[in-house]
Amino acid sequence: MKYVLLFVDTEQFANDLQAMGPAERERAYDRVHEWYADHAGKIRGGRKLRSPETATTVRLEGGEPVITDGPFVEGKEVVSGYAEIEVADLDEALRMVRTWPGCPVVEIRPLES
Amino acid sequence: MSPGADASHAQLARVVRQHAGQLAASLMRVTGDFATAEDLVQDAVLAALQHWPVDGIPQRPDAWLFAVARRRGLDRLRREGNYRAKLAQLQWPVQPDPDERLRLIFTCCHPALPRQAQIALTLRVVCGLTTAQIARAFLVHEATVAQRITRAKRKITDAGIPYRIPADDELGARLTEVLAVIYLLCNEGYLSTAEQAQSRDLVDDAEWLASLLHQLMPTEPEVAGLLALIRLHRARAAARFDRDGRLVLLQHQDRSLWDREAIAEATRLLARAARQRRPGPYQLQAAIVACHAEAERFEDTDWEQIVLLYDMLLHLAPSPVTRLHRAVALRYASGPRAAMTELDTLAGALDRYHLYHATRAELLRELGDPDRARAADRLALELTANPAEQAVLQQRITWT
Repeated sequence: MKYVLLFVDTEQFANDLQAMGPAERERAYDRVHEWYADHAGKIRGGRKLRSPETATTVRLEGGEPVITDGPFVEGKEVVSGYAEIEVADLDEALRMVRTWPGCPVVEIRPLES
Repeated sequence: MSPGADASHAQLARVVRQHAGQLAASLMRVTGDFATAEDLVQDAVLAALQHWPVDGIPQRPDAWLFAVARRRGLDRLRREGNYRAKLAQLQWPVQPDPDERLRLIFTCCHPALPRQAQIALTLRVVCGLTTAQIARAFLVHEATVAQRITRAKRKITDAGIPYRIPADDELGARLTEVLAVIYLLCNEGYLSTAEQAQSRDLVDDAEWLASLLHQLMPTEPEVAGLLALIRLHRARAAARFDRDGRLVLLQHQDRSLWDREAIAEATRLLARAARQRRPGPYQLQAAIVACHAEAERFEDTDWEQIVLLYDMLLHLAPSPVTRLHRAVALRYASGPRAAMTELDTLAGALDRYHLYHATRAELLRELGDPDRARAADRLALELTANPAEQAVLQQRITWT
């Protein structure tokens, strides 16, 4: 089955990353790269997103589209990236996510086949 | 309800439960589709509840249920060639592998499902309860339960929740989930009052599930611990209500009504589990209940031992409610003043919990402050919806 992992950053996590020294931050990124390498066989794609300040939201629910600055939900938790994976079932996806060394929240969403 | 009708009601429940899970496992093996298997089991159970009270329970209830499920399945899936072919191959008798029910249980209690759905699914698929029975037992609308089941089944299919026993490295966490479901069932049944005698006895289902799990996972000490815990509660159930259906508090219970043999047996089960030296919250809770159950009189209770067991329990599973229970034990081990000091630290966490206020009321009364005791009892009364508990509190406010 195919799933998308939505990586979610929290304010705390962003602050922690900010507070790290360059070497420490380097190590944090290395752990993420390692995770990607370990699961390379199951990863079908995905990217890191630019920061939520760069987002633009368009609402088409009224007559005229309304364009606003920022992500569609204003909150302390923001989607910061995604990965598409292909695994046997939810348990395998959960097993992968359990060792994710990056942001503190991950949402697992199955893709429609 | 007459005693005779009651007996057949219980018998019906027992027979259905004995076979529903096996049937679900067989259907699951053939169709490979959880939602379909679950639907067919429910159909067969409903048919049984309709026919058996009139025609009597058949010689081979399993074969009967199987035949209904197969026929319904063929009917329903007439247009789906794939299932039809598979169902057509399904012949009686099937050789069920006992482990398949374990797969069923772990799937129903998957952590990706909400707790209420885990409970409803387990009751329907493993115990063979109908949606109506579940709704009545939990005092919620049938439509609510039906919706929970539908959503959960859709999630199992769409999110790819597998039908399997978890691997060794996940087993601990996943078993905790299953045990939590059984424990909640037991609690729900335990708290329901005598007035609801006609509704399904959830404690019965909880004990049955725990004993099935114990049979399938005999080396898991926490499973044995939970089974012992449930049995220790049941062994004393006869003394929990008086003839008028009023709740009787532990210190006033007629202990001659306790089933001493059942208590001894549950204690032996617990001792065997403890020999594995892998303590856990359920074994410790059972050990605490065993301390109460083994005391001949309330005065004989080994409160120091109980406080010690609560300390161990809190170490493994910290919780304000457990600390409240420990404070109650502390009252007898070290006096009401010590218990009150402990209780004061819980004010913030348990402000909305009726037993916190009821316990405070008891301590205040003992410390010679009946006015504040009554106020605390009134708060407790506002916070509980359980009629039996309400009656006890009401009586206390009026008479003390």
